Amino acid sequence: MAIGVYLTFRILDIADMTAEGSFPLGAAITAHQIVSGTNPIVATLLGFLGGCAAGFVSGFLHTKLKIPALLTGILTLTGLYSVNLFVMGKANVSLVGDFKTVLTLLPITDQTVAAIVIGAIVLVVVIFILVFFFNTEMGLAARAVGDNEQMSLANGISTDNMKMVVYMISNGLIALSGSLMAQINGYADSSMGIGTLVIALAAIIIAEVVIHHVSFGVRLLTIIGGAIIYRFIIAAVLWLGVDPNSLRLFYSLMLAVFLSLPLFQKKIKQRERRHQNVLNNSVRKEDQSND
Amino acid sequence: MTNILEIRDLHQYFERGTVNENHALTGINLNLAAGDFVSVIGGNGAGKSTLLNSVAGSLPIDTGHILINNIDVTYQSVEKRAKLIGRVFQDPKMGTAPLLTVEENLALALRRGEWRNFWSSGVKRRDRKLFQERLATLGLGLENRLTTDIGLLSGGQRQAITLLMATLKNPALLLLDEHTAALDPKTSAIVMQLTDQLVNELNLTTLMITHNMADAIKYGNRLIMLDHGKIVVDIAGADKKKLSVTDLLNMFKENSGQEMNDDAVLLS
Ligand SMILES: Nc1ncnc2c1ncn2[C@@H]1O[C@H](COP(=O)(O)OP(=O)(O)OP(=O)(O)O)[C@@H](O)[C@H]1O
Ligand SMILES: [Mg+2]
Repeated sequence: MAIGVYLTFRILDIADMTAEGSFPLGAAITAHQIVSGTNPIVATLLGFLGGCAAGFVSGFLHTKLKIPALLTGILTLTGLYSVNLFVMGKANVSLVGDFKTVLTLLPITDQTVAAIVIGAIVLVVVIFILVFFFNTEMGLAARAVGDNEQMSLANGISTDNMKMVVYMISNGLIALSGSLMAQINGYADSSMGIGTLVIALAAIIIAEVVIHHVSFGVRLLTIIGGAIIYRFIIAAVLWLGVDPNSLRLFYSLMLAVFLSLPLFQKKIKQRERRHQNVLNNSVRKEDQSND
Repeated sequence: MTNILEIRDLHQYFERGTVNENHALTGINLNLAAGDFVSVIGGNGAGKSTLLNSVAGSLPIDTGHILINNIDVTYQSVEKRAKLIGRVFQDPKMGTAPLLTVEENLALALRRGEWRNFWSSGVKRRDRKLFQERLATLGLGLENRLTTDIGLLSGGQRQAITLLMATLKNPALLLLDEHTAALDPKTSAIVMQLTDQLVNELNLTTLMITHNMADAIKYGNRLIMLDHGKIVVDIAGADKKKLSVTDLLNMFKENSGQEMNDDAVLLS
């Protein structure tokens, strides 16, 4: 999820609200397909493709119709709410029972272990493909678009098309994580996307605050680390006896804190430097007085 | 002789139909033959940048036509025209992608106007050799810094690389908008020298805006002066070689009825 959000957030510099719609969309499509007896791998891939379609809609609204990115996300998100209900036929679909999911494909009976194994496999494959793609001719162009749009145009890159590609990959991955989440939790729910964007952004920011300046591939790995740290923080908060109802308030507060951290880091560094400067200065003065 | 660039009766308005209407280009007619290297001068707000932006496609065109290599590009998008045009901006930050490395930026320029696939690697091994050779000609030691992020380089270094990128694919037309204005005098001279060298080597047809009268005289085989959105002076060949800075300032006074009150001009 966080990796998908990272693509639009950092490569295109857009915090894309579509995420909160494509997450349950992936879950809804996969759950519906599994209940209908489709092969779970095919069902998962269909979830991914559904996310790509949602990304295409947002990308199209944003680039071709020039609707601001924030509104685009809200529009698609709102529309997807109905789409998700339509796909599932009701507000939630349970996968508990005799259904085949990607987890039951493994020869592992412990569902938790199976979930971890599946998660790891998917992550490795996804990161490998992303690192490969963003170093191809087209991938370079996509990165350039987010970095310097003028320069991209001057070098003949269709910035609109590249943005749409990133939107599609990004939302495809978010839907993929929704799809896996549904299979791990054993249900798909039309409201399961609420608050996910904030969680994903928090994971990204934690990763960036803890370790800065790394290559693209390593960054994707650190985002997973960020997500795990985030989970631990939430677990700690719950363990401290905070009312689960106020959890989302905590999500937001925490993200606000994380977002402002880079500023504080800079301030602290500046203060250190100033301190050092003053020290050097007084040392110099001492030297002079010793002369 | 065929024209590389042909501009027919080009008009450009800003905020047309409002009280703030600004008729920025008032009928430009200009033909450039192959290999023409044209300096473009004129006071602030004369319409020089507007002219270049119109040719590059970053401003939609109100009336008139623009042909490059006899292809009507009047209604083509910037990225489509980029196939024919190399461009260097005034701001050194504008020509390169800061988070991408030197070689990645050059690789992007190497595929200008071509389809970019999603299976072969963006920076190819054989391209690296070409990049190193080209960078070595700059004499800035950049050939050893292929994997440095461009954002970490100085303005002059970035501008020199932008110039390489703009000329890497032998564009039909090279557009330079005060591309040395943001650099210190020494770097500015190096980049100007490099520009001249590349334009001559590759026989590029070039439009170069400058506020430096000495450069305008020294470089190129033709000079045009813009005033109030019109070409008021157009000198080529031997006549241009004979020009002095004083001549230019006088011409400017005659045409616009005012002194050229521009620090860059007075200093040069
Ligand atoms: N985007 C814009 N919107 C409105 N007016 C503009 C715009 N760009 C330029 N103009 C106006 O068009 C006229 C020509 O501007 P232009 O930038 O082409 O001048 P210039 O010759 O490049 O000047 P300078 O030497 O200062 O760069 C000016 O009056 C300017 O105010
Ligand atoms: Mg200008």
